[in-house]
Amino acid sequence: MLYYTLKRLGLAGLVALTVSFISFGLLYISSDPAIAMAGETASDADIEAIRQLYGFDRPILVQYFDWLQRAMSGDLGKSYYFRTDVSALIAERLSTTMTLGVSAITFAIVLSVPLGVAAAIRPNSLIDRIALFLSVMGQALPSFWFALMLIVFLSVSLRLLPTSGSDTWQHFIMPTIVLGYYAAPAIMRLTRTGMLEVLSTDYIRTARAKGLRPRVVLFKHALRNAVIPVVSLTAVQFGFMLGGSIVVETIFALHGAGFLAWESITRNDLPTVQGLILVFSLFYIVLTFFADLLNAWLDPRIRIN
Amino acid sequence: MSDRVLHVENLTVDIPLATGILHAVDGVNLHVDRGETLCIVGESGCGKSLTSLALMDLLPTKATRKIEKLELGGESILGYSEREMSDVRGNKMGMIFQEPMTSLNPAFTIGNQMIETLRRHRNLSNDAASELAKRMLEKVGITAAGQRLGQYPHQLSGGLRQRVMIAMTLLCEPELIIADEPTTALDVTIQAQILLLLKELQSEFDMGLVLITHDLGVVARIATRVAVMYAGQIVEEGTAKQIFENPLHPYTRGLMRCIPVPGKTKRGTPLGSIPGMVPSLIGDFTGCRFADRCELARDVCRQSDVPLRDPNGKVQAYRCIHSIEMLAKGGVA
Amino acid sequence: MSEINGKTLESQTKSSVFRRRVFGHQGVMIGAAIVLAAVLIALSAPLIAPHDPYYQDLLNRLVPPVWDSRGSWEHILGTDHLGRDYLSRLIYGARISLLIGVGAALISGLIGTVLGVAAGYFGGRVDMVVTFMITVRLSMPVVLVALAVVAIVGGSLQVVIMVLGFLLWDRFAVVMRSSTLQIRSMDYVAAAQAVGCSTTRILTTEIMPNVVNNLIVIATLEIAHAIILEAALSFLGLGVQPPLPSWGLMVSEGKDMMLFEPWLITIPGVALFLLVLAINLLGDGARDITAPENRN
Repeated sequence: MLYYTLKRLGLAGLVALTVSFISFGLLYISSDPAIAMAGETASDADIEAIRQLYGFDRPILVQYFDWLQRAMSGDLGKSYYFRTDVSALIAERLSTTMTLGVSAITFAIVLSVPLGVAAAIRPNSLIDRIALFLSVMGQALPSFWFALMLIVFLSVSLRLLPTSGSDTWQHFIMPTIVLGYYAAPAIMRLTRTGMLEVLSTDYIRTARAKGLRPRVVLFKHALRNAVIPVVSLTAVQFGFMLGGSIVVETIFALHGAGFLAWESITRNDLPTVQGLILVFSLFYIVLTFFADLLNAWLDPRIRIN
Repeated sequence: MSDRVLHVENLTVDIPLATGILHAVDGVNLHVDRGETLCIVGESGCGKSLTSLALMDLLPTKATRKIEKLELGGESILGYSEREMSDVRGNKMGMIFQEPMTSLNPAFTIGNQMIETLRRHRNLSNDAASELAKRMLEKVGITAAGQRLGQYPHQLSGGLRQRVMIAMTLLCEPELIIADEPTTALDVTIQAQILLLLKELQSEFDMGLVLITHDLGVVARIATRVAVMYAGQIVEEGTAKQIFENPLHPYTRGLMRCIPVPGKTKRGTPLGSIPGMVPSLIGDFTGCRFADRCELARDVCRQSDVPLRDPNGKVQAYRCIHSIEMLAKGGVA
Repeated sequence: MSEINGKTLESQTKSSVFRRRVFGHQGVMIGAAIVLAAVLIALSAPLIAPHDPYYQDLLNRLVPPVWDSRGSWEHILGTDHLGRDYLSRLIYGARISLLIGVGAALISGLIGTVLGVAAGYFGGRVDMVVTFMITVRLSMPVVLVALAVVAIVGGSLQVVIMVLGFLLWDRFAVVMRSSTLQIRSMDYVAAAQAVGCSTTRILTTEIMPNVVNNLIVIATLEIAHAIILEAALSFLGLGVQPPLPSWGLMVSEGKDMMLFEPWLITIPGVALFLLVLAINLLGDGARDITAPENRN
């Protein structure tokens, strides 16, 4: 397990490094940061002065290592637009996004895991059909449109919920539904197929032949094995949801990191965009790292050996 | 208390398929006494595994079981609900499966899986159950049993896992054990050990044993009585001695010709084989199911079903229209 | 008798089971019908659109659809905030969605297939590098990266196709890699190697024909994925640019008036939902039908 952890940690580090290089390169190659900083109306001399002041005239690799070194110590540069430290800016916004993310993934799990299990226990039953219907709908529903429809129905027509903002917990209900429903279909499908697969294994037959109660067979012997792949997928979906948070936070005006991403992209605020890509990627990398460890721990075949 | 551990009358298993109903098991009667080993032999697909699952009421949900009489230890368990059946399984009758590699749950320790079985059927403390499990592992010849309890299935070899399966099945000292090809997946050297172990334990615990196999070598070593199955039906039944020394049904005779017998089969004579293939069991079928592959088949064989009969009252019953004398002569009328 | 029975039964069931799977599969039939309709509409847009989708009739702005009491047959689905015919824009919008979906899937399919097949076939270091690339790609948030690149380069149809094409290859690579691995372990591939077939020949005659089913399934699902992402990007203003009638853009333009004229967002949203749903149904159905475990 220690060897596995170290190996997995090494991989995570390498991925993080590559991602940081790509996100750095992507934005610096495709635009001139000096122009972006100085503004469209600045004179050539001003732009040149900024270029030298910030070292934009150095080779890209030198700039990258410089940026990386500072990024490692938590300094992601200054936002062009907000004129504050990018790391402070992101840290401040991240809590809202995390609240949204955690509640959305919880909603997704609570919706999809029981439904997936129920569907697998009785294939082709009514509950299986409902589950399939919900997942097919969920995969085809564009989240931005779903969000707008919820606003129209739940807050305008029925006046149940506030439309936008992040002041109270009620403000998080609709974003949670939209984001959670986006992640739910994949989790539900995997739970269902995993459970179906496990239920047809020899060891489930053994468990029944031992006279164990159906409840024990299902929730101890079957679910324990079916849940292993679901753990990884949930981590992946949680990572993807952060990407989805841009759309959802923008629509519901939740001032989280996703909203910040949209603000900084539309304002050409490169250091912030760069920092956000890095933070989102790192978050995904850390998340999948822990998910893999949890997986290994859940599966004795990986844990021992 | 009766010596008869298992009594089954008229067991039928049907499986609905897209192309029709598959009559997988058709009118099977079985009985096993205490201390007796009944071997059910037949090629794959003849319904022997489904028969064993039907006895445990563990058939796949698609399959339907019809049965006239099902008695375990003299008590009918036919009308038992799923809940009542689960009290019987693993307690009064246990089952050992073919694949030791996949029959144990990879996520739990051996100890966990053994203890849960014991505590399901016996009112025991965790420690007492653990102690019993350990002793049972020792009984099936596993060394360092205490340590094994904490191990996971993947840390054990196939032979060891099958020993664990046997120990687990014996925990509640059932009256009947059904073993479905318990040695097929193992190495040849291990096969003999496991068989020997099963035989020993059976006499020690005085259980009934139903052993399902396609390996006549296994049957010769272990069987008290033999039931030969073909295409969902028992075609011949008798003591091991009767079946091996005096097989009657043309299918059984064909099977016997397929195996070499030490001291009897002469060097250089080719082993036999049975031409043709098993008929499709989908839809209704009239007449003898072996007729298409039988040298002795007559028109009457195909016209009506042939009953299993024991004309001499000598326990050996067979499903063929021909007389014992004619069959013994190899069909030369 | 029984042999004949067995054989004819088997061959009968093979084709009939396949046919039953296709035609008995309601999802596939519904999906195929909607996709076919969308393709036909997109191809014949200039013929069937009642108006010019770009013509602004500022005197007839925000005319509601015909089922509203204020609506008229002149504009069946009404007009938008610039007085453009909504039905015509919807019809032309189908072109954009399908073009972007197919275009992005072609690019990402090419990248993903090359990487995945190479990883699966050659294994070893190639596999390590490709697996690493997939991990890196999955770590980068698609929407954020796509938005950032479009913001820098400038939004247009071509840019959106390229950006999505270069971002969505991960699933192709993952599936193609595992399919190739599976096929590669088959005896007939070993046999082909044993008789000295070249790598190119093995890849084209042994591997590709056997992974193409999976490729089609993934391509279908990725078309839907690309369409939904394009709509999201355009909705955020960083995808296809006005005045092009992208459905995502139509929702975005209608959003400010959605409380008073909800049909402005319902109509393009439903169109988007139906198209993506239909493509997904087709893809899921294709997977069910061609899945090897169903080909008994």
